[in-house]
Amino acid sequence: MKKTPLQYSWRRAGLVAGSVLLLSMPALPVMAQGKTLRIAMTAADIPKTNGQPDQGFEGNRFTGIPLFDALTHWDLSSEDKPSVLIPGLATEWAVSDSDKTKWIFKLRQGVKFHDGSDLKAAAIVWNVQKVLDKSAPHFAPDQIGVTVSRMPNLVSARVIDDYTVELTTKEPDSFIPINLTNLFIASPAHWQKKYDALASVSDPAERAKQAWAAFSTDASGSGPFKMASFSARERVEYAANKDYWDAKRVPKIDRVVLLPMPEANARTAALLSGQVDWIENPAPDALSAIKGKGFVIKANAQPHVWPWQFSFAEGSPWLDKRVRHAANLCVNREELKEALNGLMEIPKGTVPPGHPWWGNPKFDIKYDLEAAKKLMTEAGYGPNKRLKVKTITSASGSGQMQPVPMNEFLQQALKECFFDVELDVIEWNALFTNWRQGAKDPGSRGAHATNVTFAAMDPFFAMVRFTSSKTVPPVSNNWGYFVNPEFDDLIAKARTSFADKDRDAALANLHARIVEEAPFLWVAHDVGPRAISPKLKGVVQPKSWFIDLATVSME
Amino acid sequence: MLTYIAKRVIYTLPIMLGVAIVCFLLVHIAPGDPLVSVLPPDASEQLRQQMMALYGFDRPYAEQFLKWLGRALGGDLGTSIRTNRPVVAEVGKAVSNTLMLAALATVIGFVLGSLFGFVAGSFRDTWIDKVASAISVTGVSVPHYWLGMVLVIIFSAQLGWLPPTGAGPGGSDNWVWDWAHIRHMILPAVTMSVIPMGIIARTVRALVAEILSQEFIAGLKAKGMSAFGIFRHVVKNAAPTALAVMGIQLGYLLGGSILIETVFSWPGTGLLLNDAIFQRDLPLLQGTILVLACFFVVLNLIVDVMQTAIDPRIARS
Repeated sequence: MKKTPLQYSWRRAGLVAGSVLLLSMPALPVMAQGKTLRIAMTAADIPKTNGQPDQGFEGNRFTGIPLFDALTHWDLSSEDKPSVLIPGLATEWAVSDSDKTKWIFKLRQGVKFHDGSDLKAAAIVWNVQKVLDKSAPHFAPDQIGVTVSRMPNLVSARVIDDYTVELTTKEPDSFIPINLTNLFIASPAHWQKKYDALASVSDPAERAKQAWAAFSTDASGSGPFKMASFSARERVEYAANKDYWDAKRVPKIDRVVLLPMPEANARTAALLSGQVDWIENPAPDALSAIKGKGFVIKANAQPHVWPWQFSFAEGSPWLDKRVRHAANLCVNREELKEALNGLMEIPKGTVPPGHPWWGNPKFDIKYDLEAAKKLMTEAGYGPNKRLKVKTITSASGSGQMQPVPMNEFLQQALKECFFDVELDVIEWNALFTNWRQGAKDPGSRGAHATNVTFAAMDPFFAMVRFTSSKTVPPVSNNWGYFVNPEFDDLIAKARTSFADKDRDAALANLHARIVEEAPFLWVAHDVGPRAISPKLKGVVQPKSWFIDLATVSME
Repeated sequence: MLTYIAKRVIYTLPIMLGVAIVCFLLVHIAPGDPLVSVLPPDASEQLRQQMMALYGFDRPYAEQFLKWLGRALGGDLGTSIRTNRPVVAEVGKAVSNTLMLAALATVIGFVLGSLFGFVAGSFRDTWIDKVASAISVTGVSVPHYWLGMVLVIIFSAQLGWLPPTGAGPGGSDNWVWDWAHIRHMILPAVTMSVIPMGIIARTVRALVAEILSQEFIAGLKAKGMSAFGIFRHVVKNAAPTALAVMGIQLGYLLGGSILIETVFSWPGTGLLLNDAIFQRDLPLLQGTILVLACFFVVLNLIVDVMQTAIDPRIARS
């Protein structure tokens, strides 16, 4: 039967109405069960979940600390105080009186892994062996890099009794308890189950590799959250571990969903559309829109340094301390902070005043244009004799914040003090690689400074690797060949001061001298901005790269 | 026809080998450290050397290439340095996700592109042609990542109608063909379809205009053939070229758009490549490029065969 025009109209209207109805449905949330916290990370993939996270410290933050424990932890409970070392799985530790390369760690009793197995000294030894003992069946080459590089002096571990373990270092090293925050303890029993299930794989190394891959999708640690599901490159879901040993850190929410979202605008849109409750590093331009919709911006100074690291190679203009000081006095960091929408902290050194390693340096890093010009004049420079300097940087990269605009700001600022800055923007990996090759390497392209940012939580990574004669290229990151016997002595003193107070005092002396000698132009500390839903409570953003998800609750 | 297909298949073999060599070399001559995904930059040189040996990166390039090619011929593309997961599984999952998106984008692009192209070609030099051509030129010219962001701002952030990221509430592993999942495809697919739409529209417009100006069309009109009959002739003559263009566009879309998939966090080949590049995960990068290149080659083969089937003049020539 032929349809009348009216029938056609009704059908069309129905179709249009249906389409509008479908399109009008609000964005469905990411599968939520109970009180679920949904977080968009900046990583392009889920950081490793095998106990040794990658993707920089975002990995430790989201797949290390929530799922696993380490022998020592960072105190993440305060937004005001510096984040310091506290007991984790170890309740106490001390270096041996007779042999300063031996450390004894007493373990917490009654701790269980998520698979139900007991956490005893053998598990600690097993986790050390996975990266240091090539003959161990569970040896994991892909975990060596992120582990060994963060505890370079650790060589072995030995069981004393069920709850006592002895760790041995290459040389006396008081930094070991700090380093151990990076050694997350995975369940040996759970890994063994995965290994046993792969009986058909004959090559032991391949079998171990596959067992680790299986472990990653169904991890077992002893942390405040248990892994509930894992979808490669897309999402990982945790459930609260209500039996967690630390009553203060028993999770208040039921579940956490982590989503990798490398694009800042995508994260921002996901937050604004209600797809997630928390985003890391929101798009800077969208901050006012985010706040306008009632979301909360959290930020706090991180132990992070955005510097120019100077070259002390022959012919470098930075060999003159007056020039180094002048550069540090010539930058109006308040203006830079404004340009970055307030998303930076103004540095006074590698660590801030009030930190145990601060040390009251005599040189005050601040903006003082006249003093800077005076120093430059004393060094022989002026309006008619400008100093040409070249810096290598990248267009992007982990922790680099906004390298190109920030460097262009420095270029302009330093012009006032008779510097002519040439910026050479190279690929991020190439810049990273050159960091260990050093200023004298052709890869540095004749630069007098490099702009690689770094974390400053651990004394080795914050100070020692940049100032020791033992860490010049290619050993480590003393890119500029800053060599001074006084610093070697200060480092040796710090490494061999085993009482926490003595070690911190020695590190404070080292830090003070670093600031005074100024092997860097200190420009900014990152503040780790994140935007969160107003329905989230108990979010404590410490002065750290890390954050504790266990304290978060949801209205 | 069978001989023709056999010949075309044989021609693809040296192309595949060339692709394998080029993708191995490109990946290895790029600056940077192949261990960057498993070794932090602050690691010592001694540790780096130890890792280079463990992963076999200290071996000569020729030896590394032959080993990789040998395994690849057996269907094993190795394992990702970073995740230890087999590259075949990683690429397989990403390809299927991109395939879904590309298929939808191709359908949108082909339907709209053909429509605009046909209308513009049929009404050449009129205002209708100008509007349709303007739409197609805009489609080709607009930066698609920018368009993606604009769509996200409007339909996700402002209106809250469609989700801005991901492949469904439970991820692509739990994909089902329901509205909750399909709505995640709409914005990326529309964004992805814009360039093919523009290209197909321009191609079809030129083809239709040219075919309509040919003598046989005048002859058909003189014979009194209906407008629909003439339309059928025009479509039949335009189809082989339009199909070839669509095939190439589908190939591009299958490669995934790094920018679009990154903007929408769509777990396809573009996002996988993006991650492999930034992590410098060489086995994953090589494997993904090889699979995508092979897709392209196979797709071209299919298009050639289809063209030959539609237009017998090609086989005869």
